[in-house]
Amino acid sequence: MKTSEELLVIKDLHTGFRIKDTYFDAVDGVSLTLRKNEILAIVGESGCGKSTLATSIIGLHDHNKTRVQGEILFKNKNLAKLGEDEFNDVRGIDIGMIFQDPLSALNPLMRIGEQIEEGLIYHTKLTKEQRVNRVFELLTQVGIPNPQRVARQFPHQLSGGMRQRVIIAIAISCKPQIIIADEPTTALDVTIQAQILDLLKDLQAETGSGIILITHDLGVVAEVADRVAVMYAGQIIEEAPVEELFNNPKHPYTRSLFNSIPQMNSDGKKLNVIEGIVPSLLKLPRQGCRFSPRISWIPESAHEKDPVLHEVAPNHFVRCTCYKEFYFKGEEGGRA
Amino acid sequence: MSFMQIKDLKVHYPIRGGFFNTVVDNVYAVDGISMEFEKGKAYGLVGESGCGKSTTGKSIIGLEKISAGSIIYEGENVTNKRRDRASAYNRDIQMIFQDSHSSLNPRKRVQDILAEPIRNFLKLTPQEESRRINELLAIVGMPEDARLKYPHEFSGGQKQRLGIARAIATNPKLIIADEPVSALDLSVQAQVLNFMKDIQDEYGLSYLFISHDLGVVKHMCDYISIMYKGRFVESGTKKDIYDNPQHIYTKRLLSAIPDVTPNGREDRKLERIEVERNYQAEHKQYFDENGRVYDLSPISDTHFVAATSSALKGGN
Repeated sequence: MKTSEELLVIKDLHTGFRIKDTYFDAVDGVSLTLRKNEILAIVGESGCGKSTLATSIIGLHDHNKTRVQGEILFKNKNLAKLGEDEFNDVRGIDIGMIFQDPLSALNPLMRIGEQIEEGLIYHTKLTKEQRVNRVFELLTQVGIPNPQRVARQFPHQLSGGMRQRVIIAIAISCKPQIIIADEPTTALDVTIQAQILDLLKDLQAETGSGIILITHDLGVVAEVADRVAVMYAGQIIEEAPVEELFNNPKHPYTRSLFNSIPQMNSDGKKLNVIEGIVPSLLKLPRQGCRFSPRISWIPESAHEKDPVLHEVAPNHFVRCTCYKEFYFKGEEGGRA
Repeated sequence: MSFMQIKDLKVHYPIRGGFFNTVVDNVYAVDGISMEFEKGKAYGLVGESGCGKSTTGKSIIGLEKISAGSIIYEGENVTNKRRDRASAYNRDIQMIFQDSHSSLNPRKRVQDILAEPIRNFLKLTPQEESRRINELLAIVGMPEDARLKYPHEFSGGQKQRLGIARAIATNPKLIIADEPVSALDLSVQAQVLNFMKDIQDEYGLSYLFISHDLGVVKHMCDYISIMYKGRFVESGTKKDIYDNPQHIYTKRLLSAIPDVTPNGREDRKLERIEVERNYQAEHKQYFDENGRVYDLSPISDTHFVAATSSALKGGN
């Protein structure tokens, strides 16, 4: 495990959306640390709050409809309290973002070169000529052959994988210290996905930045992440280094998820199904273990009243105590 | 014995241009594929986007016009036959779509959605029809009070199960499932897949499973065909494809799948680079000068590979 300086520290972050004058927290008390040279993966199913967490860090929420509380400490500044103008000095320069759908993240009416240059115009003092050279340099860096030609093209002329490479070029254009990648490969084919993930890893090794990778694909996590945080219903329920998490998952939710992957090596066995559904934001029980309704065969006494993260191994944290008593339905008595 | 054969199926889309808007070229979306379907077996069709796998599925069920080749169903040639309520073929081949939400009519209640295939293909009295709808809901594990609800009142997994209920309403023999779980979360996906396997065992269904997810296909299918640019590059049993891939494209596809274990990921990355280098180097042996995939040639009873004979000798 690499230990190096802390880039971003999130403390007890709450992001709530207003529905009829009440705020409902989609991110509910998340604390995380991102270090230099690290890929931190945030995993969870749809609606668990992982994308909201990302957009809170980079300040993309409308202040009239959302409430961001807590601390997001970056370079001695609390990002959660910054105004729009101050934020523009952070966004793009220090924190770059890669979005899921490369086509809708690019402006269809602007040439690729101009779109990459845009960030450089706002954030750097480079001359026109230097900027153009930098654009070619970036396009080469993300593995686009013939950058001179591509820079003059429009997004619709490129394939999905190429567009995602352009998005990555834009994100790294000002050499950010933090890159937030929100499902960067979900819209891509597996062969392209492998290329993009390798590219991200190579870039990170080159620049030493920290990457927050948000995904629902455990395979992707296993391939690239250094540390993993599993989210459920707005909270982090398990956090561990990647080998530890995959070889020794503890929380019932993490274990259930692993058992429902149609794995490459399982031969037609029945997949595990998690009972019930992900609770909606409005009906979320705000007290007790949030996963307890979905593992109803585990006795009430196994759960904590107010679940907190416990360190079960070095750097391995699990929320609630129910993992000790948890067993899969149908294998009664077989304890973890 | 197979109940349905597809022979040299081709779907070409004309490209029009020039002064009189004449056909100047064709897009070879599906370019000569052959398959056979046996009862109770699941067939997988895998490939990247744009390889023609969905077009294959649609042309089999009759949503795309077939340019050449034939589909023989129980000894009868059904190629390009008009969709017809009296046709056994249209009754016995059904489809499940990727986006369950847009495949259900938002203005119809569940009972009307499920009644549609029943009214089209089966002659039932209203009482029998009502009983059949309850039966279908029970098969897909939904309560009877779902009958009066509208599609938007259900979650993604539930909607996909309604799609399945609609597909099995006429007791079909083959269900074409076009990416049935790719829009679903992992745990919901597991639920739908388990359920599809259950009804397959119970009713002896065959599936044509179209997907880009090799993990899902491996879990579900007995036979797998890998498709590239409208043609099969490799076809065989699950074991043939995963344990003994021969075609360079198959190898590349398999090496690109993320493994769900972080152990040894550096080695996998090196392997990927190696495979990619071979892919560039050995391209000529697997694709002809126009980049077209060769015809399939057998290397065992079940395993077919599209390559020149020299490549196969080198591969073995």
